[in-house]
Amino acid sequence: MHPVRKKRLTIVLFLLIGLSIAVALTTYALRQNINLFYDPSQIAAGEAPVDVRIRAGGMVQEDSVIRDPESLKVEFKVTDFTSSVLVEYTGILPDLFAEGQGVVAMGRLDGEGRFMADQVLAKHDENYMPPEVNDALEKAASLRAAESTGAAESSTGY
Amino acid sequence: MWQFFHKLGSPKWFYDIATRLMPWLFWIGVSLFMAGVVWGLAFAPPDYLQGNSYRIIFIHVPSAFLAQSVYIMMAVAAVVTLVWRMKLADVFIKSAAPVGAVLTFLALFTGAVWGKPTWGTWWIWDARLTSMLILLFLYFGAIALGNAISDEKSSARAVAVLVLVGVVNIPIIKYSVEWWNTLHQPATFKLTEKPSMPAEMWVPLLMAVLGLYLLFGWLACLRMQTEILIREGRTRWVKALVQTGGNA
Amino acid sequence: MAFDSFDAFLAMGGHGPYVWACYFVFFALFIVLVIWSRYQRRSAMRGIARRESGAGSPVSEPATADFARVESTKR
Repeated sequence: MHPVRKKRLTIVLFLLIGLSIAVALTTYALRQNINLFYDPSQIAAGEAPVDVRIRAGGMVQEDSVIRDPESLKVEFKVTDFTSSVLVEYTGILPDLFAEGQGVVAMGRLDGEGRFMADQVLAKHDENYMPPEVNDALEKAASLRAAESTGAAESSTGY
Repeated sequence: MWQFFHKLGSPKWFYDIATRLMPWLFWIGVSLFMAGVVWGLAFAPPDYLQGNSYRIIFIHVPSAFLAQSVYIMMAVAAVVTLVWRMKLADVFIKSAAPVGAVLTFLALFTGAVWGKPTWGTWWIWDARLTSMLILLFLYFGAIALGNAISDEKSSARAVAVLVLVGVVNIPIIKYSVEWWNTLHQPATFKLTEKPSMPAEMWVPLLMAVLGLYLLFGWLACLRMQTEILIREGRTRWVKALVQTGGNA
Repeated sequence: MAFDSFDAFLAMGGHGPYVWACYFVFFALFIVLVIWSRYQRRSAMRGIARRESGAGSPVSEPATADFARVESTKR
């Protein structure tokens, strides 16, 4: 390769490497601000500020949703399977809100570790599947053991 | 190898190759893309959670995928511009940037419309969505800078530097969903693992992605030919081409 | 076919407006981009043709000067 071009290529490479390091350090320093939400473990550890508008996110714990029959008030626990935080919310929940599904709630943490939400968003995972497959998987899970091979068969069809 | 590389720098050679390649790119691209989209819209099964709204994925993912790929291609062309001063690389950057901008906008738009029924919001400032918005502005910046500088050589260098600086945003977009907590879900397609969706969903999706890739190739050829015609308008081969009707 | 009827296909299980809005905007923008790009090439061709015919008879163009330009652009 021509020496002038080699020199240019080195300059370009140095520019890119330097820039990447600068950006990596900046994003590392700002990582808590880039995180969209605190997870329940962080809240339990006291990392989340109290009485400041923040977001909390995790899975809606099974059998933890309590709906007030008279109003739109809901109470549920958000968990990351190590800790959980109680969330209170009044309003319409998104379609995808369900037990065992991911959510991100916006609101304030009060002194007693309860999260008063004013907005609840559903977070879904990267898995997509047809309803029949999901039914088959659930059936297999409830029947356990021997039937689980049957579900594996039906899901390999997809 | 170097000979081929230098040949590639000849506008006339590229123009002829592009003319021959374009019908293939267009027809295979259109058929693949349309087949993928129709399959995805009408024949793929619904999702167990999202129902039919997930069908937006068949244009959202191709747009987002292409938006990032086009930028990477532009960054490679920027290195070629800066190191080898090859004109054709600059022609590619100038021709591809508007297409990339449109694709990025489409990814953001379809994502917003998809987010409303699934997440419950059109927009949220999470790392994935924000870095994708930055990509849109990088495209706008490249287009604006290219138009602002009238001298061909300085414009080529300035745009190449801008495109190259912006390329650090690409890994941020890609890994944002893994490095930070985001509302956006992680990627369904991974290079090393099986896609986390059944074949009747990912096959049409892959077809749409490949089809859009080819369509981008076609559009890039078309736009590069235009740029070459404008820049080389006073050369003899362009004049001859225009006189014979130029297979337009 | 994942739908029972054409109406069900249009309704998309209640998500019709979202799905169809996405597809409409996608195709509309993409087609505009294609038409615009084709128009640009055609007008570039026409511009060169007009300049050539405006500058006198294109055949009697001084070939030597023309040739020098080709050489310089080819490096």
